[in-house]
Amino acid sequence: MWKTVLRRVLVMIPQLLILSFLVFVLAKMMPGDPFTGQINPNLDPKQIIRLKHELGLYDPVPVQYTRWLVNLFHGDLGQSYIQKVPVTSLIADRAVNTFWLSLLTTVLTYVLAVPMGIIAGRHQDEWQDQGIQIFNYITFAIPGFVFYILGIWLFGFVLGWFPITGSVSASASGFWEVVGSRFYHMVLPALLFSLITTTSIVQYLRTGIVDNKVEDYVRTARSKGVPENVVFDKHILRNSLLPIAAFMGTTITDLLGGSMIIESVFSYPGMGKLFLDSISERDYTTLTALILLFGILTLVGNLLSDIIMSIIDPRIRIQ
Amino acid sequence: MAKEEQTKQTQTVAATDAKVSLPPSGFRVVWHEIWKDKISRLAFFVIVLIFLLTFGGSLFLSKGQVTQINILQSYAGWGQDGHLLGTDDGGRDILNLLMMGGRNSILIGLSVTAITEVVGLIIGLVSGYYGGFIDSIIMRVVDFVQILPQMPIIIVLTTTIPNYNAFTLVLLIAMFGWTSTSRYYRSFILSQRGRDYVLASKTSGSSDLKIMFREVLPNITSMIIIDVVLTVAGNIGIETALSFIGYGLPTTTPSLGTLIGFANDPVNVINRPWLWLPATVLLLVISLSINYIGRALQRAGDARQREN
Repeated sequence: MWKTVLRRVLVMIPQLLILSFLVFVLAKMMPGDPFTGQINPNLDPKQIIRLKHELGLYDPVPVQYTRWLVNLFHGDLGQSYIQKVPVTSLIADRAVNTFWLSLLTTVLTYVLAVPMGIIAGRHQDEWQDQGIQIFNYITFAIPGFVFYILGIWLFGFVLGWFPITGSVSASASGFWEVVGSRFYHMVLPALLFSLITTTSIVQYLRTGIVDNKVEDYVRTARSKGVPENVVFDKHILRNSLLPIAAFMGTTITDLLGGSMIIESVFSYPGMGKLFLDSISERDYTTLTALILLFGILTLVGNLLSDIIMSIIDPRIRIQ
Repeated sequence: MAKEEQTKQTQTVAATDAKVSLPPSGFRVVWHEIWKDKISRLAFFVIVLIFLLTFGGSLFLSKGQVTQINILQSYAGWGQDGHLLGTDDGGRDILNLLMMGGRNSILIGLSVTAITEVVGLIIGLVSGYYGGFIDSIIMRVVDFVQILPQMPIIIVLTTTIPNYNAFTLVLLIAMFGWTSTSRYYRSFILSQRGRDYVLASKTSGSSDLKIMFREVLPNITSMIIIDVVLTVAGNIGIETALSFIGYGLPTTTPSLGTLIGFANDPVNVINRPWLWLPATVLLLVISLSINYIGRALQRAGDARQREN
């Protein structure tokens, strides 16, 4: 078990290094340097060049890369060109918002997907299953942002049930009121987002149940006289639910990938929105840090899902 | 009694004959599957209709004329001043933008798919056919590209690449798309490399290239068609999503995503639905129809594979 985990973590190290190098190259491709926006027009151009020399911007690329990497390990991602604050603190503020939205989305996804998958698998080809399949097909087929726009239009404008922008209402005061307002602002984006992400879990769970139903061990249980309900709950369901746990890891990836769109539609101040804002302001240090962070989180997500998978299914452990 | 035996015998002979004769070509199987199901037949007609309207309609339009700004006519409502679907903030006719944008979005989806299918197919064939060391190297690369944050990288590159245009956008999206395609073909070809027909061909001295492209490839035509259909839908989704947040097609080129992007402004959502609603509905119909056909084909393909 621990060998597998260790091995999987070791595989991640070269991936991380290549990722960091790619991000560094991307950062070098972007225009601008740490002086952009800070330079006084009266300053002598020669002095700027001297300052750049001091900062090592004319050093060979490998030297610059190593320095960037060392700074990275010290948690120094540079200063934001525009906001004039360290990038890390800028991102930290937004990351909290994205974290809560993602958490709520994940909870809702599983709360919705698991019962749907179970019902569809249990009543295979009956009307319940067909209904869920149609729903599943629609959420799979429609591009996310179209779904969000229609959701905002219906629930935000026509019915007016939910706020459509921001993360907290300006008039909220006191701890519980703020918490309540935050939650209220997150419900609609999280619900719409989770409906889109249920597809693969529902499909996987349904297929698992349908496949397990005809396995030998189920037939054995039935022939021993185990009641049908117990066969379903204790035998089939348990075996079909396990692989779903591994989706936790990939959910992180899905959420990060989709966060940009959902946060843009709802003007929700999270990391995805920060990324889009930074790109329109040409805030390249922040962009670089965000891409690196997105990449690392995706790697961690994959690592998690592999580890969970090897815990619950010993067959796939690497020898 | 004897007669019955005979008919039975002829039946079995007929059945084996049918098995021996060449399987119908991938295209015919696929066409049959589309035609068999009522809804996918409908979806097919809807797609053909949308193609005719967007591509046909665009034939009569020139880009300069469609994107010309005419402030005096800005925000005309439904059917106002001879604009059936009204006009946008620059007085551009929404119907024209819709036809041209629909065509552009579909064309981009098709172009990206063409590239990713060719690249993915070749890489999948090579990786799955040779296996071993080559396969593990290729798969490492595929794994790595798949963990890269696709959207952020594309968005950053759209703003930093000089001379950015529709063609560069196609390349950028394709840069990430080939991985899942090659993975899809690789897993199937891995299962084919030990099959008798491949081994027989190898023993009789066929070159690897010949086996890959003349013998394995024809076996997966229907798989290719299924993948193409579903990938086109996915790629249209990616392009419109990018254009929607403002980093897809250049602003001078109409796209469905740009039109839907009008809904980012709450004022437009309530007061000017003609700006974003037609494009939203069109994209919705396109995605639902293409995906329905793809799903129907996929189900049929799965069923056939289970029979084998």
